[in-house]
Amino acid sequence: MSAAGEQRQPYIRIDKVTKKFGEFVAVNEVSLDIQRGEIFCLLGGSGCGKTTLLRMLAGFTEPSAGRIYIDGVDMAGVPPYERPVNMMFQSYALFPHMTVEQNVAFGLKQEGRPAAEIRQRVADMLGIVRLTEFARRKPHQLSGGQRQRVALARSLVKKPKLLLLDEPLGALDRKLREHTQFELVNIQEQLGVTFVVVTHDQEEAMTLATRIGVMNQGRIVQVGTPHEIYEFPQSRFVADFIGNVNLFGGRLIEDEPDHVLIDSPELGGQIYVGHGISAAPHAEVWVAVRPEKIQLSRARPPAPHNCVAGTVKEIAYMGDMSVLLLRLDNGRTVRVTQPNTWRHADDQLTWDERVWLSWHESSGVVVTQ
Amino acid sequence: MNPGRWVVRAVPWVWLLLFFLIPFVIVLKISFAETALTQPPYTPLLEWGQSVYPTIKLHTANYLRLAGDSLYLDAFLNSLKVAAVSTLLCLLVAYPMAYGIARAERSWRNVLLLLVMLPFWTSFLLRVYAWIGLLRNNGLINNTLLALGIIREPIVMMQTDFAMYVGIVYSYLPFMILPLYANLEKHDVSLLEAAADLGCRPLRAFLQVTLPLSVPGIIAGSMLVFIPAVGEFVIPRLLGGVDSLMIGRVLWDEYFLNRDWPVASAVAISLLIFLVVPIMVFEHFQARARAAEAQ
Amino acid sequence: MMGRRSWFVFTALLLGFAFLYVPIVSMIVYSFNESRLVTVWGGFSTKWYGQLLGDEQLLGGLWLSLRLAFVSATLAVVVGTLAAIMLVRHGRFRGRTWFSAMVTAPLVMPEVITGLSLLLVFVAFAPLPFMPGSRGFTTIMIAHATLTLSYVTVVVQSRLASMDVSLEEAAMDLGARPAKVFLVITLPLIAPAVASGWLLAFTLSVDDLVIASFTAGPDTNTLPMMIFSKVRLGVTPEINALASIMVGLVAVAVAVAGLLMARQERARERDMHAAAAQRP
Repeated sequence: MSAAGEQRQPYIRIDKVTKKFGEFVAVNEVSLDIQRGEIFCLLGGSGCGKTTLLRMLAGFTEPSAGRIYIDGVDMAGVPPYERPVNMMFQSYALFPHMTVEQNVAFGLKQEGRPAAEIRQRVADMLGIVRLTEFARRKPHQLSGGQRQRVALARSLVKKPKLLLLDEPLGALDRKLREHTQFELVNIQEQLGVTFVVVTHDQEEAMTLATRIGVMNQGRIVQVGTPHEIYEFPQSRFVADFIGNVNLFGGRLIEDEPDHVLIDSPELGGQIYVGHGISAAPHAEVWVAVRPEKIQLSRARPPAPHNCVAGTVKEIAYMGDMSVLLLRLDNGRTVRVTQPNTWRHADDQLTWDERVWLSWHESSGVVVTQ
Repeated sequence: MNPGRWVVRAVPWVWLLLFFLIPFVIVLKISFAETALTQPPYTPLLEWGQSVYPTIKLHTANYLRLAGDSLYLDAFLNSLKVAAVSTLLCLLVAYPMAYGIARAERSWRNVLLLLVMLPFWTSFLLRVYAWIGLLRNNGLINNTLLALGIIREPIVMMQTDFAMYVGIVYSYLPFMILPLYANLEKHDVSLLEAAADLGCRPLRAFLQVTLPLSVPGIIAGSMLVFIPAVGEFVIPRLLGGVDSLMIGRVLWDEYFLNRDWPVASAVAISLLIFLVVPIMVFEHFQARARAAEAQ
Repeated sequence: MMGRRSWFVFTALLLGFAFLYVPIVSMIVYSFNESRLVTVWGGFSTKWYGQLLGDEQLLGGLWLSLRLAFVSATLAVVVGTLAAIMLVRHGRFRGRTWFSAMVTAPLVMPEVITGLSLLLVFVAFAPLPFMPGSRGFTTIMIAHATLTLSYVTVVVQSRLASMDVSLEEAAMDLGARPAKVFLVITLPLIAPAVASGWLLAFTLSVDDLVIASFTAGPDTNTLPMMIFSKVRLGVTPEINALASIMVGLVAVAVAVAGLLMARQERARERDMHAAAAQRP
């Protein structure tokens, strides 16, 4: 078969998987294809089903319906100790009565590998996570970040086809989290293992993932790269879930291939979006405009649409940027962020000032659900 | 289900079935039998006569005897009374102790708990025996009081209800302290601090905050004392009066002295029927405590 | 040691402990009394201890009780641990409420009832091949194991429930089969509970009078049974000596265990402080 004709088989295929607990449907007909070597993030709030889905991949729960294929092999009825999958637990689950070395070696011992090979591989892995001098310590003698690295080493040393990570950065403090995010990505690229990460933290998802699957109430709502999810949300849920967003509801007035015009009483004006959409005529739609895409000016902008007048109600100075909350004449609140480009500006906006908000025609995204 | 899991389940089930459930069925069966001079000394339940099907011979005379003879009823009611009073006394002694241990400094708590448990690990019988030595007419207490001139004649304490209550409270005290402690230890001290902050005096805070929250512990401990105390045999026998008959003693005597297995079984079943409700209450609180622990 | 409003509680604690220990202390003191009578202090003497060591009958009963306790405790620990695993790890299985009730009922059941019912079972099943034919060591052993396994289950269950389930899941995830997981991960971690369950079962067995009386054979005389018959006839200081030895042994064992645990705990805390202070 030629390379062109060869089908690109997804490495992990989740095929219409459903999981019910009695009457409650935790995972609802989820289908996903995950490619080899990618970092795929399942993102959602608590109770959305992401952890249940992860546990089904690991083999701790069996699906009520649907199938899971890993590297082409159907995983139905395969127990966790026979799957080519390893998991890094949220609590790290380090064996407290074993040393770091013994923890990392555990999986290799179960495979029955010769002692010399185990020693070598454990030493190599400890080197990668930079814990070589802690090999003989017990978990309670380690800090949180060190324990996490042991958990990572332990789950990677078996060279699994798939590594599952359950909220990997949740227990770490902010500085450590950022550092570890980059470290995780580096290690993954170095070893080429496929990652599936479960998290409720969108920052974590945006930093780690090559692709994100947003989940809500047991369903996958949107799949895409971080850029796609952020800039092209397909629903109000996704738009609102990731980052901050201003949503204006309205009715379609014009629907052309190259632009649409929406009348929005919520905004108090008309919204012009510079691309075509597929929707019914006069349909009810929403436009999502990210806070960083809105400009503020004292003078009224020339364009007839995508602008409205408002009053500055709150200013939160965050150091690198400022968050402003503006109140429109119709009572609606709009969130705007501005980078603090200058250390000291003479004409900075202040409270109760009257300004004009506006944005470019390409800045708004239309969502129909 | 993999075979390993099956073994894990089978062993306890079989054991409990064989040595817990079936025994009760057999006791029930024998309670409907008649005494006989056979080995074993009771008549069989099923009789194979001429016909194909066996006839069940239910001899209800045992139960009728229990109902008719006031001896049994009196013993039964007396046991209930003794158990209830003992439980109350035990609670009154145990609660301050449990409270004190729960409020003590962390490093002291384990030591205090061990001190509570230590007597429990030495022979129960020998400790009851020690009380005999203390309570006798020429025992330690009387001798000390006589020597100090507080009394002129020894106070009769042995073979009285008083001695019995002392013995029961003494023996069951750990069973009341531990559940109470387990409950009180989990109380959030900041609740009491909040109450004090809002102007509540300590006694009132105790009555309105601590006491209601400790009710599960009170009930668990009370069940752990009351239920076995109803059938208590040794302590009333050694320390109690001859006229204060307990149902545990009745069962013992029917079996060991009268060799009347059917009547002994009938007594056991009657006792069980009464205790079913408290046992269910106990189980209910056990389950609740387990569920709370799991969170 | 405690906060304010404590004098009442403190006094109650003191009185309570006095109540618990006065009988024990008096027993120990009088075991050294030269005179037989409690009224007279005849001087310090260890003759009762000597008499105790020479009392073959009593020592025989003690030896029987110890052997009985050892075997029944071990049996109770095996069955009780399995029952605890079922209740904690096997979730909602069929008949769970019944099972749970059967396991914990012996905790509260009056001993006369348990004793009688077990005896009747042994008598009824005597003709069956796998049952002990006559009543003796085996029957008491089974009876004690049945009674004490409830205590073991409660203790082990508590420890098992507080153990992080993800440790077992992690072991399975890394390739260990369930039996291996239990032996290498679970058992070491619940070992303290299993050990204290064993000790509890042992103590209860050595101490038991009522159930042993019901299920014993004509020639099996456990220590409590002997003491019970002696007590009714008349108290001898020999018994005091026995009690003192037991108290002494237990106190020493408890003290040693307590010190060991305290030292372990301090070392552990030191390690954790050191770990937290490190660079991440």
